[in-house]
Amino acid sequence: MLKRIFPLPHHSILIFAVWLMLNNSLSPGHILLGIVLGILIPYLSAPLRIPQPSIAKPLKLFPYVLMVLKDIIVANIQVALLVLGPTKNIKPGFIAVPLDIKDDLPLTVLASTVTMTPGTVSAEVSQENEYLYVHVLHLPEDEQEIISYIKTHYEAKIKEIFGC
Amino acid sequence: MVFEIIISVLLIIGGLFILIGSLGLLRLPDFYTRLHAPTKATTLGLGSVLLASMVFTYKIEGYISVNELLITLFLVITAPVVAHILAKVGFHHQVKMTANTRNQELVKVARVRGKPQNKIEE
Amino acid sequence: MLNIAVIFVGVILCIALILNLIRLFLGPNTADRILALDTMYINSIALILVYGMHSETPLYFEAALLIAMLGFVSSVAFSKYLLRGDIIE
Repeated sequence: MLKRIFPLPHHSILIFAVWLMLNNSLSPGHILLGIVLGILIPYLSAPLRIPQPSIAKPLKLFPYVLMVLKDIIVANIQVALLVLGPTKNIKPGFIAVPLDIKDDLPLTVLASTVTMTPGTVSAEVSQENEYLYVHVLHLPEDEQEIISYIKTHYEAKIKEIFGC
Repeated sequence: MVFEIIISVLLIIGGLFILIGSLGLLRLPDFYTRLHAPTKATTLGLGSVLLASMVFTYKIEGYISVNELLITLFLVITAPVVAHILAKVGFHHQVKMTANTRNQELVKVARVRGKPQNKIEE
Repeated sequence: MLNIAVIFVGVILCIALILNLIRLFLGPNTADRILALDTMYINSIALILVYGMHSETPLYFEAALLIAMLGFVSSVAFSKYLLRGDIIE
């Protein structure tokens, strides 16, 4: 019964929270409307959804987000220095990172993290999700270094969070 | 007074990062390197402008406004998606790269979403 | 002091927008132009927020949010069109 009213409980909570944030208020009217939307939208959209692995360890999410935030700031300072310096010194390059994650949602999180962090932009995924192609703004001599950094720093942690 | 200093510092940091991002868009040598500057620098720059405007609303109106957090969150989620799909467009249209780009052969494989082992002959 | 900072950042953002505009004109290909346009969206969000601070009203957030969403959707639509020659398959 409860499953029928709340087919996607996380989404209901998210829609409710975003509705209150959008209106920037905690008045009873908005809370009521938020609850109605939180029930109605997941109810209508649940049949369209492709099932994704759920988050196994939500508590590990917070250190991960903090680490990524720190990396975003470091990334910005590095990119700023490269942009302001002479552009002749920039040695860009492509690398292919072999993937252990095969599911779409964790892979999206990984690719987004790679894009937001130091000097790398994810560009393409090979068929069957086996390799992630990454463009590196300043590729060091040993490209294995950057591949293993992505694998140990981001991929291993995402695997742990999603438990796959 | 303390609020004013915090707001000013956040604003100026944000403005400078956005300027650096736009400068990178103009200065960097090819499309793929240009992709780096706006996705990273402008996102952080806008994030810090939004933080400044949050503090500002608190100073003027006396409540903490969470609208700005929503915009920041939205941008952090969408900026990598745009970068990824633009890189795909670059592959598809075989955009020119600077000569010193390493591993250029990967582009041909990535274009058809193949594995790096299967080399593509012209 | 705050007023000076707000105006200073407004000027910086205008310069950034002009730089983007130059890239938009220079090209050299469509992907570059879409990238420049996407950056312009983000910069204009910042400019609107700064203008809201200048006129001391929280009225402009809705506009900023709308530009953020429409900017993302239009960038993806442009890119999708270039990839497939079609937006909805």
